[in-house]
Amino acid sequence: MQKMAIWKAKQWLSRSFSSMPSNPLRVCVVGSGPAGFYTAEKMLKVQQQAQVDIIDRLPTPFGLVRSGVAPDHPETKIVINQFSRVAQHERCSFFGTVTLGSSISLSELRELYHVVVLAYGAESDRSLGIPGENLKGIHSAREFVWWYNGHPDGRNLDPDLKSTDTAVILGQGNVALDVARILLRPTTELATTDIASHALSALEESSIRKVYLVGRRGPAQAACTAKELREILGLRNLDISIQEPDLILTPDVEEGLTSNRIQRRVYELLSKAATSRPKNDAGLSKRQLHFVFFRKPDSFIESKDRHGHASGVYFEKTVLKGVGPGKQIAIGTGEFEVINCGLVLKSIGYKSIPVDGLPFDHKKGIVPNDRGRVLSDTSGDSILEEGLYVCGWLKRGPTGIVATNLHCAEETVSSISEDLEKGVLSSSSPKPGRDGLLQLLNDRNVRVVSFSDWEKIDSEERKLGSSRNKPREKLATWDELQKYTL
Amino acid sequence: MLISRVAKLGACLAKHLPTRNYAAMSRLPYIQRTTNHHMQPPLSFTKLYNGPMIKKHNLFSTVTANNTSEEGSEQKEAISVTFVDKDGEENHIKVPIGMSMLEAAHENDIELEGACEGSLACSTCHVIVMDVEYYNKLEDATDEENDMLDLAFGLSETSRLGCQVIAKPELDGIRLAIPAATRNFAVDGYVPKPH
Ligand SMILES: Cc1cc2nc3c(=O)[nH]c(=O)nc-3n(C[C@H](O)[C@H](O)[C@H](O)COP(=O)(O)OP(=O)(O)OC[C@H]3O[C@@H](n4cnc5c(N)ncnc54)[C@H](O)[C@@H]3O)c2cc1C
Ligand SMILES: NC(=O)c1ccc[n+]([C@@H]2O[C@H](COP(=O)([O-])OP(=O)(O)OC[C@H]3O[C@@H](n4cnc5c(N)ncnc54)[C@H](OP(=O)(O)O)[C@@H]3O)[C@@H](O)[C@H]2O)c1
Ligand code: FES
Repeated sequence: MQKMAIWKAKQWLSRSFSSMPSNPLRVCVVGSGPAGFYTAEKMLKVQQQAQVDIIDRLPTPFGLVRSGVAPDHPETKIVINQFSRVAQHERCSFFGTVTLGSSISLSELRELYHVVVLAYGAESDRSLGIPGENLKGIHSAREFVWWYNGHPDGRNLDPDLKSTDTAVILGQGNVALDVARILLRPTTELATTDIASHALSALEESSIRKVYLVGRRGPAQAACTAKELREILGLRNLDISIQEPDLILTPDVEEGLTSNRIQRRVYELLSKAATSRPKNDAGLSKRQLHFVFFRKPDSFIESKDRHGHASGVYFEKTVLKGVGPGKQIAIGTGEFEVINCGLVLKSIGYKSIPVDGLPFDHKKGIVPNDRGRVLSDTSGDSILEEGLYVCGWLKRGPTGIVATNLHCAEETVSSISEDLEKGVLSSSSPKPGRDGLLQLLNDRNVRVVSFSDWEKIDSEERKLGSSRNKPREKLATWDELQKYTL
Repeated sequence: MLISRVAKLGACLAKHLPTRNYAAMSRLPYIQRTTNHHMQPPLSFTKLYNGPMIKKHNLFSTVTANNTSEEGSEQKEAISVTFVDKDGEENHIKVPIGMSMLEAAHENDIELEGACEGSLACSTCHVIVMDVEYYNKLEDATDEENDMLDLAFGLSETSRLGCQVIAKPELDGIRLAIPAATRNFAVDGYVPKPH
């Protein structure tokens, strides 16, 4: 294996000598999601001297486009074509299975490169901090999404979908709608997507018929967007239930809606669904989706029969309190209610994880930054971390669509360009860059996966998929993934 | 009736257009529609979709089946379009009738993003129609286009998605601005004041 790595390293070395400008600006982007790829693309374009290496902890590139975006959203994944062209650019390389924080430290990376851009996303979860959160049957939406999308770290989740007919999803953002849709969509429709086969089998046997989507605020504050909402409201064989009194707006909220296009359109869709759906025709439709508003989770209930298992969620009812123009928060009323269920998915937001030596704002869950320039701390008079930048969810927090990262990358790259112009950042003293990285990884016996290795995985996945009428069958364990890159 | 008109137009387009990848940017390719078979989806698209498509057509959608079929479209083969890029520079191009603004931009090396290659799933092809008269000549955006526009960066009152604006004779002379990046994009679908 080591021999192989050295051979590959040599291959890269010779390639880098042939295609490189004489005094390159060595850039390393950490993370190959949308933020990483858009950063690389913009860097290559505006800095003709730049040589860009993208590292990722996985052997597969594209971040959440592969492991987040729902399997029944193939159109959203088309952006992979554009990212692949970036990876194949002569001044760009992809190095998979390289983990910042274990394969290589941040300080080592900063020694090797003139510029390091951190775009490693948000791979943890916000927590509720309420009693019973660790009971079995409660998962974060992130883990559940990884599981159905074939992320190798989600393979062992094995959620129990057979012991209950009811799931509660906490949160009403787009991720909550994604996971609800996966639980409710007829599996015959999922079968022709790139959903992981272990997840498809489990969903085929699922006994879940009723899903509660619970928000702590009202239908005018729901975090989802119209596209995802429209889609779930139109699912086949699904009864939608929305309590009409929940749709009543206070004058304040109503006024706020006039200037917020997204929320207004979401509210209108929910109102239409509440009134236009035939009710009580359970005989016809097999599955139910209940939108529950004004309930905040208070604690989880442990099952009497199954030790250590959740059997329901206690909710406190809420009312809205205005805290500024167009802004309302949920306040508990002291009245409680239980929803019994055997499965809970917490979809209340992702959270980034800091690595050693990286300034981190634990309150906001982001790296403190000034338009992408990493700052030494969160105080007003903090200093710049030379050559260190940030982009994507790690920079802004875990919100925004794929396209948001495009503008985010434009901002970070323009900060880098400004710093180069001003001389705050310089590439005049040569740095080892790619050669140094590969040398160091080779010394540590870290086997690097190249973009062409990924293409082998890709073609294997497509091959496996085509025999099953799927666009691809994802290799969903570390072992399988490694097998195809050896 | 409608179908035959569309098919006729399709045949006419196939005859007149440099066909290279033309249909790559055809409208709403994933929504069930009465489209003509001259339009082949692009390769990448076929790859992603080699299974029965999921039907997205439902109670909550409006889908316009046909939007390029205009009277007289056979008479003029190309219209003039001006793209104003992020730095305010103007690009004057000719766009064949029936071609989307996204594809036209790409054929002319104009930098308009198109992350989902025209399948109405990304909003990166957002353009601002600079004159209201031209904006009014466009068919109303479908719910699906509006859903994507919700998330477009720098939305204005005359915003449209470039992959959904199809060249037709009345649009001759249209000017389209590619929205400039502003600093504030931290919020989903950040909406600046209308222009
Ligand atoms: C479930 C879900 C569904 C979504 N669906 C859509 C959708 O349909 N449409 C849409 O427009 N947007 C969607 N989004 C939003 C979109 O995916 C994000 O905006 C975007 O992926 C964020 O990009 P990023 O590059 O910051 O992070 P990510 O995409 O998360 O990329 C981070 C990358 O860093 C790597 N990494 C992590 N830690 C390390 C480390 N220590 N060392 C090296 N590499 C590391 C990861 O493997 C990953 O490849 C969805 C998000 C989620 C969570
Ligand atoms: N198709 C798509 O375009 C797509 C698909 C998936 C994801 N995405 C994007 O990815 C981003 C992340 O999505 P997300 O759903 O994880 O985040 P999100 O949109 O921020 O939604 C988080 C949800 O959790 C709730 N919440 C947070 N803390 C809570 C608490 N302590 N108790 C109860 N509820 C709590 C929020 O309610 P409050 O509003 O009351 O805080 C909100 O409903 C979003 O920007 C989303 O648009 C897009
Ligand atoms: S190219 Fe994606 S919406 Fe137009």
